[in-house]
Amino acid sequence: MNHFEIFELPRRLGIDAAELQRRFYALSRRYHPDFHAGASPAEQARALEASARVNAAYRTLGDPITRIEYLVRLEEGRETKEGAAIRPSAPPALLEEMFEIQEALADAQTGGALDDVARKTLAAQRERLQARCLDEEARLTERLAPAWDAARPEERPRLLAAFKEGLATRAYLKTVLEDLGQALGEGEGI
Amino acid sequence: MARIIGIDLGTTNSLVAYVDDKTGLPRVIPDSEGRPLLPSVVAFTPDGILVGEAAKRQLVRRPESTVYSVKRFMGRGYEDVKDELRYLPFAVVPADGIVRLRVGEREVTPPEVSAVILKTLKERAETYFAEPIEQAVITVPAYFNDSQRQATRDAGRIAGLDVVRIVNEPTAASLAYGLHRLQEGVIAVYDLGGGTFDISILRVKDGIFEVLATSGNTRLGGDDFDRVLLLWLMEDIQARHHRQLACREVDLARDGEAMQELRLAAEAAKIRLSGEERTMLTIPFEDFTYRREISRSELERLLEPLVQKTLGPCRAALSDAGLSPGQIDTVVLVGGSTRVPLVRRRVQELFGKTPHSQLNPDEVVALGAAVQAHILAGGITSMLLLDVTPLSLGIETLGGVVSVLIPRNTTIPTSAREMFTTSVDGQAVIDMHVVQGERELAKDCRSLARFELGGVDPMPAGMPRIEVTFLIDASGILQVTAKELRTGKAASIEVKPTYGLGEADVERMVEESYQYAEADVEARMLIEVRNEADTVMTHVRRALKQAGDLASAEERQRIAAALQALEQARETTDRDRIHEKTVELNRATEHLAQAMMDAALRSALGTRRATEIMESQ
Repeated sequence: MNHFEIFELPRRLGIDAAELQRRFYALSRRYHPDFHAGASPAEQARALEASARVNAAYRTLGDPITRIEYLVRLEEGRETKEGAAIRPSAPPALLEEMFEIQEALADAQTGGALDDVARKTLAAQRERLQARCLDEEARLTERLAPAWDAARPEERPRLLAAFKEGLATRAYLKTVLEDLGQALGEGEGI
Repeated sequence: MARIIGIDLGTTNSLVAYVDDKTGLPRVIPDSEGRPLLPSVVAFTPDGILVGEAAKRQLVRRPESTVYSVKRFMGRGYEDVKDELRYLPFAVVPADGIVRLRVGEREVTPPEVSAVILKTLKERAETYFAEPIEQAVITVPAYFNDSQRQATRDAGRIAGLDVVRIVNEPTAASLAYGLHRLQEGVIAVYDLGGGTFDISILRVKDGIFEVLATSGNTRLGGDDFDRVLLLWLMEDIQARHHRQLACREVDLARDGEAMQELRLAAEAAKIRLSGEERTMLTIPFEDFTYRREISRSELERLLEPLVQKTLGPCRAALSDAGLSPGQIDTVVLVGGSTRVPLVRRRVQELFGKTPHSQLNPDEVVALGAAVQAHILAGGITSMLLLDVTPLSLGIETLGGVVSVLIPRNTTIPTSAREMFTTSVDGQAVIDMHVVQGERELAKDCRSLARFELGGVDPMPAGMPRIEVTFLIDASGILQVTAKELRTGKAASIEVKPTYGLGEADVERMVEESYQYAEADVEARMLIEVRNEADTVMTHVRRALKQAGDLASAEERQRIAAALQALEQARETTDRDRIHEKTVELNRATEHLAQAMMDAALRSALGTRRATEIMESQ
């Protein structure tokens, strides 16, 4: 059973969040180990597994981006995560800018402490990339996803390729953003 | 189903609770003297083991063999705790793997110490219900990792309890609140206890308590508040009394008894300053008395950096839940340390609303554990808790990099599958290193265990296909299974926990606890009567000194004889005789006590002497 089937939903990217949550709660009430604590060990094990599947399905479908990633895997006939479907790749339009950022990052990493100018430059670049990343996500979820749901079968390969490209760009931006965050000394102390 | 009890195994205090069948409400089970809290203190004396209040009284008398705050050591290694050691009066054995404490002649592990506490609570419940209790739900900090959860479950087993579920403290608290008119919406539970801090953000809807994100710090709590005040206190004492200390060649930091006394004084002052603006610290030393007033704002200056440390995880949890502070409908405070006004102010500032604390912050976690126990027993079907795993789970891959299999804040139970193969022709065993944490390199994460997949058929490298399933159950504990895909047969797995007890260790400890159970009870009762005798003798001696002139010569003689008889009896192991002589001494002083009371009353508004006499009663 794939994640859409678990929730008895059609294989579409447009999912009503409230409806998904309602179904998730109903399935949780049916399968959660709490309600099978008095059952036989075999039944308990089944409930545990079913509950883990429901949770995984909800996590994947609950987020519009992971939902698209999952759909791509499903369409390509790969249900496991094996051999990651999406490899981060830099969007050609951004290559030059990326090169600059990587250079600044490398300098920062060898130089130890950042001086104020470098810090400001990196912070500004991060802001731009964050906006770029949000744009990419919006394009995926607000334009491509509805297009997929409305598409005729022959249009789908093109959309699938567009999804993969968009996801790869987003993954790339995320990695750079993480590096930038680290260089700026964030994400620590937790 | 059999009865399941709910236990809050706290850093400072532990409690046991159950849900009353008639009212459907959770209740804490008090001890025989009506006290709900059991101090989480265990004393290993030459005569046997003491727990709770009785052990707490040994803290100053036998600091080196009285263990407190053992929760901070659960599931940890020597390397983790060595920085804390200089503040501890008991010794930790430097060794690999699990922490071992040296208490007097013995070496014990944290789960064994916790087991003593759990066993006491189990017996308390058994006495209360007059039936054997075998199952329990035990709470842990939400931010506890797998090793710490396993250690807690091991402690239960050693105590003779089947731990049917480990529940996170903040979520347990939300269940207790849920039973009391909690409004639907998004709630943040801020839980600052004796040794740990948790923040959990939940959505409550249609009886489902869905945790959206959790974060925390398992080494931050009231103990740390006490410690900064203790360090300040030591400095101040040194500064004011360095001459007296120097000529007696006293090094406070190396004097276990003095440190414990100061720690307890610091704790008491901290507690008083939650209600008062200023308080007097009075600590008697042999040849001088330290007196100093401290104000709440002075204390707050010391605590501020620690309270600030709780705000980072709060922001992280909000960010992981994808929420801003304004989107939190209700903030709930849990844990004794949330009584500190500074903590309340900072929480209020962060979330922009007044936090709730209607339920007793010391009891609410135990009450929630009882509710979860009742759910598991089938007594409640309207409520369901969906919790998350607090830390990302991954395996070490080439180059020491972590490959994340289950990200943090994933709803549990949850599972992930991963394929493994061999790298050398004919390789029969595959090693896996499982870690937990958010860092990229395995060495920066928490090592949970090394797994050995055995029984791989000899084949060319890369040919075997072994599918390993990592499942985190509803208690947040990892289970690993493996299957050879071509043959479909289960692969054998040997687990080597990094900071845990092996299966054989736990079984041995379970055995030992049965063996020593009888002896322990005997020893405990003997110590209790001896303590009682000591208390009475101290009182009588002081009374004779202070108000001996109120008694006739013949009376004084009778008292002296009874005192001597008790002194002799105390040296024996004859419990009944000690008890009898204690009662006799009490009886012999009845008249004197009455005379002292009368004298005290006569001097009504009283001189200083009269109040001292009253106090000595």
